[in-house]
Amino acid sequence: MSNDSQPEHERIRRQRNLVLGLLLGGFAVLVFFISIAKMG
Amino acid sequence: MTQSAVLEVPTDWRDFYALTKPRVMSLVIFTGLCGLIAAPDRIHPVLAFTAILCIAVGAGGAAALNQWWEADLDAGMKRTSARPLPSGRMHRTSARDFGVALSFGSVLLMGVAIGWLTAAILAISILYYAVVYTIWLKPRTPQNIVIGGGAGAFPPLIGWVAATGEITLMPVVLFAIIFFWTPPHFWALALFVKSEYAKVGIPMMPVVAGERSTRRQILAYAVLLLPLSAMPWMIGGTGAIYGVSALGLSLVFLAFSARVGLRTPLPEGDTMKPEKQLFAWSIIYLFALFAALVADRFFMV
Repeated sequence: MSNDSQPEHERIRRQRNLVLGLLLGGFAVLVFFISIAKMG
Repeated sequence: MTQSAVLEVPTDWRDFYALTKPRVMSLVIFTGLCGLIAAPDRIHPVLAFTAILCIAVGAGGAAALNQWWEADLDAGMKRTSARPLPSGRMHRTSARDFGVALSFGSVLLMGVAIGWLTAAILAISILYYAVVYTIWLKPRTPQNIVIGGGAGAFPPLIGWVAATGEITLMPVVLFAIIFFWTPPHFWALALFVKSEYAKVGIPMMPVVAGERSTRRQILAYAVLLLPLSAMPWMIGGTGAIYGVSALGLSLVFLAFSARVGLRTPLPEGDTMKPEKQLFAWSIIYLFALFAALVADRFFMV
Protein backbone atom coordinates (compact mmCIF):
# COMPACT_ATOMS: atom_id res chain seq x y z
CA MET A 1 0.00 0.00 0.00
CA SER A 2 2.78 2.39 -0.82
CA ASN A 3 0.34 4.64 -2.68
CA ASP A 4 -1.57 5.38 0.54
CA SER A 5 1.50 6.77 2.21
CA GLN A 6 2.18 9.37 -0.47
CA PRO A 7 1.64 12.92 0.83
CA GLU A 8 -0.57 13.91 -2.12
CA HIS A 9 -2.91 10.96 -1.48
CA GLU A 10 -3.02 11.77 2.19
CA ARG A 11 -3.87 15.38 1.45
CA ILE A 12 -6.73 14.42 -0.89
CA ARG A 13 -8.14 11.92 1.60
CA ARG A 14 -7.89 14.39 4.47
CA GLN A 15 -9.68 17.07 2.45
CA ARG A 16 -12.40 14.62 1.42
CA ASN A 17 -12.93 13.51 5.00
CA LEU A 18 -13.05 17.12 6.14
CA VAL A 19 -15.69 18.03 3.53
CA LEU A 20 -17.73 14.94 4.42
CA GLY A 21 -17.50 15.81 8.11
CA LEU A 22 -18.62 19.36 7.48
CA LEU A 23 -21.54 18.16 5.36
CA LEU A 24 -22.65 15.70 8.03
CA GLY A 25 -22.33 18.38 10.70
CA GLY A 26 -24.32 20.77 8.54
CA PHE A 27 -26.99 18.13 7.99
CA ALA A 28 -27.31 17.55 11.76
CA VAL A 29 -27.72 21.29 12.33
CA LEU A 30 -30.29 21.48 9.51
CA VAL A 31 -32.34 18.61 10.98
CA PHE A 32 -32.29 20.41 14.34
CA PHE A 33 -33.60 23.64 12.81
CA ILE A 34 -36.20 21.77 10.72
CA SER A 35 -37.47 20.16 13.93
CA ILE A 36 -37.74 23.58 15.59
CA ALA A 37 -39.51 25.03 12.53
CA LYS A 38 -41.97 22.12 12.35
CA MET A 39 -42.81 22.47 16.05
CA GLY A 40 -43.42 26.21 15.73
CA MET B 1 -11.46 1.85 -17.38
CA THR B 2 -12.67 -1.35 -15.71
CA GLN B 3 -14.61 -1.34 -12.47
CA SER B 4 -11.77 -3.06 -10.66
CA ALA B 5 -9.10 -0.68 -11.89
CA VAL B 6 -7.24 1.16 -9.17
CA LEU B 7 -7.17 4.94 -9.49
CA GLU B 8 -3.74 6.52 -9.51
CA VAL B 9 -4.88 9.05 -6.93
CA PRO B 10 -7.96 9.02 -4.67
CA THR B 11 -10.96 10.93 -6.04
CA ASP B 12 -10.88 14.54 -4.95
CA TRP B 13 -14.03 15.98 -3.33
CA ARG B 14 -14.07 18.58 -6.11
CA ASP B 15 -14.70 15.79 -8.61
CA PHE B 16 -17.80 14.70 -6.67
CA TYR B 17 -18.90 18.33 -6.71
CA ALA B 18 -18.26 18.56 -10.47
CA LEU B 19 -20.39 15.45 -10.93
CA THR B 20 -23.43 17.43 -9.78
CA LYS B 21 -23.07 19.85 -12.75
CA PRO B 22 -22.90 23.00 -10.57
CA ARG B 23 -23.55 25.41 -13.45
CA VAL B 24 -26.79 23.65 -14.41
CA MET B 25 -27.63 23.45 -10.72
CA SER B 26 -27.39 27.23 -10.38
CA LEU B 27 -30.23 27.63 -12.90
CA VAL B 28 -32.22 24.90 -11.13
CA ILE B 29 -31.76 26.60 -7.74
CA PHE B 30 -32.68 29.97 -9.18
CA THR B 31 -35.88 28.84 -10.91
CA GLY B 32 -36.87 26.71 -7.91
CA LEU B 33 -36.32 29.65 -5.57
CA CYS B 34 -38.32 31.93 -7.86
CA GLY B 35 -41.20 29.45 -7.90
CA LEU B 36 -41.12 29.34 -4.11
CA ILE B 37 -40.95 33.12 -3.67
CA ALA B 38 -43.56 33.88 -6.35
CA ALA B 39 -46.08 31.51 -4.73
CA PRO B 40 -48.90 33.22 -2.83
CA ASP B 41 -48.21 31.36 0.42
CA ARG B 42 -45.22 31.68 2.74
CA ILE B 43 -43.35 28.96 4.59
CA HIS B 44 -40.82 29.12 7.42
CA PRO B 45 -37.41 30.31 6.09
CA VAL B 46 -35.70 27.15 7.34
CA LEU B 47 -38.22 25.01 5.45
CA ALA B 48 -37.84 27.20 2.35
CA PHE B 49 -34.07 26.75 2.55
CA THR B 50 -34.55 22.99 2.96
CA ALA B 51 -36.88 22.81 -0.05
CA ILE B 52 -34.34 24.60 -2.27
CA LEU B 53 -31.53 22.45 -0.87
CA CYS B 54 -33.51 19.30 -1.71
CA ILE B 55 -34.18 20.57 -5.26
CA ALA B 56 -30.44 21.29 -5.69
CA VAL B 57 -29.29 17.98 -4.21
CA GLY B 58 -31.88 16.06 -6.26
CA ALA B 59 -30.68 17.81 -9.43
CA GLY B 60 -27.10 16.99 -8.45
CA GLY B 61 -28.01 13.34 -7.94
CA ALA B 62 -29.72 13.17 -11.33
CA ALA B 63 -26.67 14.82 -12.95
CA ALA B 64 -24.35 12.28 -11.32
CA LEU B 65 -26.51 9.41 -12.60
CA ASN B 66 -26.53 11.01 -16.05
CA GLN B 67 -22.71 11.11 -16.10
CA TRP B 68 -22.46 7.57 -14.73
CA TRP B 69 -24.60 6.31 -17.61
CA GLU B 70 -22.97 8.45 -20.30
CA ALA B 71 -19.31 8.11 -19.25
CA ASP B 72 -18.35 6.43 -22.53
CA LEU B 73 -20.20 9.02 -24.63
CA ASP B 74 -18.64 11.87 -22.65
CA ALA B 75 -15.19 10.47 -23.36
CA GLY B 76 -15.83 10.88 -27.08
CA MET B 77 -16.76 14.57 -26.96
CA LYS B 78 -14.27 17.38 -26.41
CA ARG B 79 -16.80 19.39 -24.38
CA THR B 80 -17.28 16.60 -21.84
CA SER B 81 -14.05 14.58 -22.00
CA ALA B 82 -12.51 16.35 -18.99
CA ARG B 83 -15.35 15.30 -16.66
CA PRO B 84 -14.33 13.12 -13.67
CA LEU B 85 -15.44 9.78 -15.17
CA PRO B 86 -14.10 9.98 -18.75
CA SER B 87 -10.82 11.44 -17.49
CA GLY B 88 -10.38 8.44 -15.16
CA ARG B 89 -10.38 10.41 -11.90
CA MET B 90 -13.33 8.47 -10.49
CA HIS B 91 -14.76 4.94 -10.56
CA ARG B 92 -18.11 4.55 -12.32
CA THR B 93 -19.56 2.76 -9.30
CA SER B 94 -18.62 5.73 -7.10
CA ALA B 95 -20.53 8.07 -9.42
CA ARG B 96 -23.55 5.75 -9.48
CA ASP B 97 -23.61 5.32 -5.69
CA PHE B 98 -23.14 9.06 -5.17
CA GLY B 99 -26.03 9.81 -7.55
CA VAL B 100 -28.34 7.26 -5.92
CA ALA B 101 -27.49 8.52 -2.43
CA LEU B 102 -28.14 12.17 -3.35
CA SER B 103 -31.39 11.28 -5.14
CA PHE B 104 -32.84 9.18 -2.32
CA GLY B 105 -31.56 11.57 0.35
CA SER B 106 -33.11 14.63 -1.28
CA VAL B 107 -36.52 12.97 -1.78
CA LEU B 108 -36.57 11.61 1.76
CA LEU B 109 -35.62 14.95 3.32
CA MET B 110 -38.16 16.79 1.14
CA GLY B 111 -40.89 14.37 2.22
CA VAL B 112 -40.13 14.63 5.91
CA ALA B 113 -39.49 18.38 6.04
CA ILE B 114 -41.88 19.77 3.41
CA GLY B 115 -44.44 17.19 2.34
CA TRP B 116 -44.82 14.04 0.31
CA LEU B 117 -46.55 15.70 -2.68
CA THR B 118 -43.48 17.92 -3.16
CA ALA B 119 -41.21 14.91 -2.58
CA ALA B 120 -43.14 12.88 -5.16
CA ILE B 121 -42.71 15.62 -7.79
CA LEU B 122 -39.00 15.81 -6.96
CA ALA B 123 -38.70 12.03 -7.33
CA ILE B 124 -40.51 12.17 -10.68
CA SER B 125 -38.18 14.95 -11.89
CA ILE B 126 -35.08 12.90 -10.94
CA LEU B 127 -36.43 9.75 -12.62
CA TYR B 128 -37.49 11.82 -15.63
CA TYR B 129 -33.95 13.13 -16.14
CA ALA B 130 -31.96 10.04 -15.16
CA VAL B 131 -34.16 7.36 -16.74
CA VAL B 132 -36.66 8.82 -19.25
CA TYR B 133 -34.23 11.33 -20.77
CA THR B 134 -30.72 9.91 -20.22
CA ILE B 135 -31.32 6.18 -20.62
CA TRP B 136 -34.43 6.01 -22.78
CA LEU B 137 -34.92 9.05 -25.03
CA LYS B 138 -31.48 10.58 -25.60
CA PRO B 139 -29.93 7.69 -27.53
CA ARG B 140 -33.15 6.90 -29.45
CA THR B 141 -34.93 9.96 -30.80
CA PRO B 142 -34.11 13.46 -32.06
CA GLN B 143 -37.09 14.61 -29.98
CA ASN B 144 -35.04 13.69 -26.88
CA ILE B 145 -34.55 17.27 -25.78
CA VAL B 146 -38.20 18.21 -26.42
CA ILE B 147 -39.59 15.56 -24.08
CA GLY B 148 -36.53 15.38 -21.84
CA GLY B 149 -36.63 19.13 -21.38
CA GLY B 150 -39.46 18.49 -18.94
CA ALA B 151 -36.87 17.43 -16.37
CA GLY B 152 -35.44 20.95 -16.19
CA ALA B 153 -38.92 22.42 -16.02
CA PHE B 154 -39.75 20.89 -12.65
CA PRO B 155 -37.86 23.19 -10.20
CA PRO B 156 -40.30 26.18 -10.20
CA LEU B 157 -43.20 23.74 -9.94
CA ILE B 158 -41.53 22.03 -6.97
CA GLY B 159 -40.72 25.39 -5.36
CA TRP B 160 -44.31 26.57 -5.78
CA VAL B 161 -45.81 23.33 -4.43
CA ALA B 162 -43.37 23.40 -1.50
CA ALA B 163 -44.84 26.78 -0.51
CA THR B 164 -48.51 26.13 -1.23
CA GLY B 165 -48.90 22.38 -0.86
CA GLU B 166 -50.98 22.12 -4.05
CA ILE B 167 -50.62 22.11 -7.85
CA THR B 168 -52.46 25.02 -9.50
CA LEU B 169 -52.43 26.58 -12.99
CA MET B 170 -49.61 29.08 -12.32
CA PRO B 171 -46.85 26.55 -11.51
CA VAL B 172 -47.97 24.43 -14.47
CA VAL B 173 -47.56 27.50 -16.73
CA LEU B 174 -44.08 28.09 -15.27
CA PHE B 175 -43.31 24.44 -16.04
CA ALA B 176 -44.55 24.94 -19.61
CA ILE B 177 -42.39 28.05 -20.11
CA ILE B 178 -39.17 26.14 -19.32
CA PHE B 179 -40.45 23.14 -21.27
CA PHE B 180 -40.85 25.22 -24.44
CA TRP B 181 -37.67 27.23 -23.76
CA THR B 182 -35.47 24.11 -23.64
CA PRO B 183 -35.53 23.03 -27.33
CA PRO B 184 -34.35 26.36 -28.81
CA HIS B 185 -31.82 26.72 -25.97
CA PHE B 186 -30.36 23.26 -26.47
CA TRP B 187 -30.61 23.11 -30.26
CA ALA B 188 -28.66 26.38 -30.51
CA LEU B 189 -25.87 24.57 -28.64
CA ALA B 190 -26.37 21.42 -30.71
CA LEU B 191 -25.93 23.43 -33.93
CA PHE B 192 -22.40 24.49 -33.03
CA VAL B 193 -21.34 21.17 -31.47
CA LYS B 194 -23.18 19.05 -34.06
CA SER B 195 -20.11 17.14 -35.17
CA GLU B 196 -19.40 16.05 -31.59
CA TYR B 197 -22.89 14.57 -31.13
CA ALA B 198 -22.63 12.86 -34.52
CA LYS B 199 -19.27 11.37 -33.54
CA VAL B 200 -20.73 9.59 -30.47
CA GLY B 201 -24.00 8.61 -32.20
CA ILE B 202 -26.43 10.79 -30.22
CA PRO B 203 -29.41 11.55 -32.51
CA MET B 204 -29.59 15.28 -31.83
CA MET B 205 -31.97 17.18 -34.09
CA PRO B 206 -29.25 18.81 -36.30
CA VAL B 207 -27.62 15.40 -36.79
CA VAL B 208 -30.82 13.56 -37.75
CA ALA B 209 -33.15 16.16 -39.31
CA GLY B 210 -30.45 18.48 -40.57
CA GLU B 211 -29.60 22.08 -39.82
CA ARG B 212 -32.38 23.61 -41.91
CA SER B 213 -35.15 21.74 -40.08
CA THR B 214 -33.56 22.44 -36.69
CA ARG B 215 -33.36 26.16 -37.44
CA ARG B 216 -37.04 26.27 -38.43
CA GLN B 217 -38.01 24.43 -35.25
CA ILE B 218 -35.95 26.81 -33.09
CA LEU B 219 -37.92 29.67 -34.61
CA ALA B 220 -41.24 27.86 -34.11
CA TYR B 221 -40.55 27.31 -30.40
CA ALA B 222 -39.46 30.94 -29.99
CA VAL B 223 -42.78 32.06 -31.55
CA LEU B 224 -44.69 29.78 -29.14
CA LEU B 225 -42.71 31.11 -26.21
CA LEU B 226 -43.87 34.68 -26.80
CA PRO B 227 -47.54 34.22 -25.74
CA LEU B 228 -46.67 31.45 -23.32
CA SER B 229 -44.23 33.60 -21.34
CA ALA B 230 -46.93 36.28 -21.02
CA MET B 231 -49.54 33.78 -19.85
CA PRO B 232 -48.89 34.24 -16.10
CA TRP B 233 -49.86 37.90 -16.64
CA MET B 234 -52.85 37.04 -18.85
CA ILE B 235 -54.34 34.62 -16.32
CA GLY B 236 -53.93 37.21 -13.57
CA GLY B 237 -51.16 35.38 -11.74
CA THR B 238 -48.76 38.32 -12.03
CA GLY B 239 -48.85 42.06 -12.64
CA ALA B 240 -47.55 44.36 -15.37
CA ILE B 241 -43.90 44.25 -14.22
CA TYR B 242 -43.71 40.60 -15.15
CA GLY B 243 -45.99 40.93 -18.18
CA VAL B 244 -44.07 43.76 -19.85
CA SER B 245 -40.70 42.16 -18.97
CA ALA B 246 -41.82 38.81 -20.39
CA LEU B 247 -42.97 40.36 -23.65
CA GLY B 248 -39.77 42.40 -24.03
CA LEU B 249 -37.45 39.50 -23.19
CA SER B 250 -39.37 37.11 -25.45
CA LEU B 251 -39.29 39.55 -28.36
CA VAL B 252 -35.50 39.75 -28.08
CA PHE B 253 -35.42 35.94 -27.83
CA LEU B 254 -37.55 35.79 -30.96
CA ALA B 255 -35.22 38.21 -32.77
CA PHE B 256 -32.15 36.08 -31.92
CA SER B 257 -34.06 32.94 -32.94
CA ALA B 258 -35.15 34.51 -36.23
CA ARG B 259 -31.50 35.26 -37.07
CA VAL B 260 -30.71 31.60 -36.49
CA GLY B 261 -33.95 30.21 -37.93
CA LEU B 262 -33.81 32.07 -41.24
CA ARG B 263 -30.08 31.56 -41.74
CA THR B 264 -29.27 29.25 -44.62
CA PRO B 265 -27.07 28.31 -46.38
CA LEU B 266 -24.02 28.97 -44.23
CA PRO B 267 -20.80 30.34 -45.72
CA GLU B 268 -17.67 28.18 -45.61
CA GLY B 269 -15.81 28.42 -42.28
CA ASP B 270 -18.73 30.04 -40.49
CA THR B 271 -18.09 30.64 -36.76
CA MET B 272 -21.78 30.14 -35.82
CA LYS B 273 -21.89 33.51 -34.07
CA PRO B 274 -25.71 33.92 -34.18
CA GLU B 275 -26.16 30.41 -32.74
CA LYS B 276 -23.72 31.15 -29.93
CA GLN B 277 -25.45 34.47 -29.25
CA LEU B 278 -28.84 32.75 -29.12
CA PHE B 279 -27.49 30.16 -26.68
CA ALA B 280 -26.04 32.88 -24.44
CA TRP B 281 -29.24 34.96 -24.61
CA SER B 282 -31.41 31.94 -23.82
CA ILE B 283 -29.64 31.60 -20.45
CA ILE B 284 -29.92 35.33 -19.70
CA TYR B 285 -33.56 35.17 -20.81
CA LEU B 286 -34.56 32.51 -18.31
CA PHE B 287 -32.74 34.20 -15.43
CA ALA B 288 -34.29 37.57 -16.30
CA LEU B 289 -37.80 36.14 -16.80
CA PHE B 290 -37.85 34.48 -13.39
CA ALA B 291 -36.23 37.51 -11.77
CA ALA B 292 -39.11 39.56 -13.20
CA LEU B 293 -41.55 37.06 -11.70
CA VAL B 294 -40.06 37.62 -8.25
CA ALA B 295 -39.82 41.41 -8.70
CA ASP B 296 -43.48 41.43 -9.68
CA ARG B 297 -44.39 39.54 -6.51
CA PHE B 298 -42.89 42.30 -4.38
CA PHE B 299 -43.89 45.30 -6.46
CA MET B 300 -47.14 44.10 -8.05
CA VAL B 301 -48.69 46.83 -10.26
